[in-house]
Amino acid sequence: MALAKRIIPCLDVDNGRVVKGVQFVDIRDAGDPVEVARRYDKEGADEITFLDITASSDDRETIVHVVEAVASEVFIPLTVGGGIRKVDDIRRMLNAGADKVAINTAAVFNPEFVKEAADKVGSQCIVVAIDAKQVSAEGEEKRWEIFTHGGRKPTGIDAIEWAQRMQSYGAGEILLTSMDRDGTKIGFDLDLTHAVCEAVNIPVIASGGVGNLQHLADGVTKGGADAVLAASIFHFAEYSVGEAKQFMAGQGIEIRK
Amino acid sequence: MSLVAVIDYGMGNLRSVAKALEHVDPRARIKITDEAADIKAADHIVFPGQGAIGHAMEALKQRNLDQILLQQMGHKPFLGICLGLQVMMDFSEEDGGTAGLGLLPGQVKRFPDPHIDPISNERLKVPHMGWNQLHQARPHPLWQGIAQDSRFYFVHSYYVTTEDPDEVAGTCDYGLPFVAAACRDNMFAVQFHPEKSAQSGLKLLQNFLQWDGRVD
Repeated sequence: MALAKRIIPCLDVDNGRVVKGVQFVDIRDAGDPVEVARRYDKEGADEITFLDITASSDDRETIVHVVEAVASEVFIPLTVGGGIRKVDDIRRMLNAGADKVAINTAAVFNPEFVKEAADKVGSQCIVVAIDAKQVSAEGEEKRWEIFTHGGRKPTGIDAIEWAQRMQSYGAGEILLTSMDRDGTKIGFDLDLTHAVCEAVNIPVIASGGVGNLQHLADGVTKGGADAVLAASIFHFAEYSVGEAKQFMAGQGIEIRK
Repeated sequence: MSLVAVIDYGMGNLRSVAKALEHVDPRARIKITDEAADIKAADHIVFPGQGAIGHAMEALKQRNLDQILLQQMGHKPFLGICLGLQVMMDFSEEDGGTAGLGLLPGQVKRFPDPHIDPISNERLKVPHMGWNQLHQARPHPLWQGIAQDSRFYFVHSYYVTTEDPDEVAGTCDYGLPFVAAACRDNMFAVQFHPEKSAQSGLKLLQNFLQWDGRVD
């Protein structure tokens, strides 16, 4: 008996619709986040993460309705990220039925916000999302820095130190994305994953770069991650969550069947 | 139509619990409340909660809910969830030592830091977050239709331990064994989140709403 490693499909939601082209054959409306979430739940997803990429803040309210609708039908943990800047934003999401919120940019610009948030709603609701990029040259000891604006702007903050600091500020979990690997489909940055997992005592979700099922398994067995997150391999129905679990179980990884 | 009171004492989000209860019994009236009258009138009481136990006990006392619960519970089916389970115990070492409601015999302790798994020698993360197996320690109406060692969703840094095996309904193991479900008469309390535990969790909630509070 042991705690299962989690598989977390991630949905990018723009103005209330799933983007990145979902192509499930038997889903009536592939852009409907409720339908997609229901499908992932049926396949055995351990959690679902929604990333709100809506550009205009006027349209942000739509994600609240999405979360409400999903939470009335899908009874597994739900995380929402994107545009979380104030404790009010967090409360709105939790009241809509989210279990956790992912704080990204707001934590970088105002680290005290993480403290305040953990204090107000509890660490169990606070995920700090870290976007990291390798900054060391070849041959040097590896170093990663936090980047903002989709990986375009460096901050000079060391990723490992940042993860530890966020833990001490009350983060309950870390969502770690390698900006070098995001979208590449060549696998997680396992060195980065491993370094962060070793440095903190809270659960770490590995993200960025998954292209096949071996990548997911490696995140756990080589990276040491407590959970693995992927978007496109599930979106395009290349693999189902069920297949991912079967594959991981075959490699001796404890999963929820 | 049965009335289900979900006790609101300002400790965490109760919407998920209410939604899951509505889902398993669309005819039941689910009321999130801190009113004595609702608790008196209710057929079933659900006692959730997340956060720190010191705050929780203060919040209950401020609303006089500790007394109301002790008086009104009677033989009504009562379900504690997560912090709800911990608050029902005698004592917690959280927040410098906090007395609980003493409805169930047991102590609440923090997972050690660092928490090393004695079998694998690996360091275990705290909070204990995710899907773990629940071993049913005895038959109970609330376990009906749920397979032995099914997985449920847990999120907690403190755990319950007891020297009274008669009141242990289920156990879980995370580097050490702990009480994942406790029971006494009409009371049942769980450390995991049934409202977030997919089919097994929904089944437990459905069993609860169909339970008359008696254990044969």
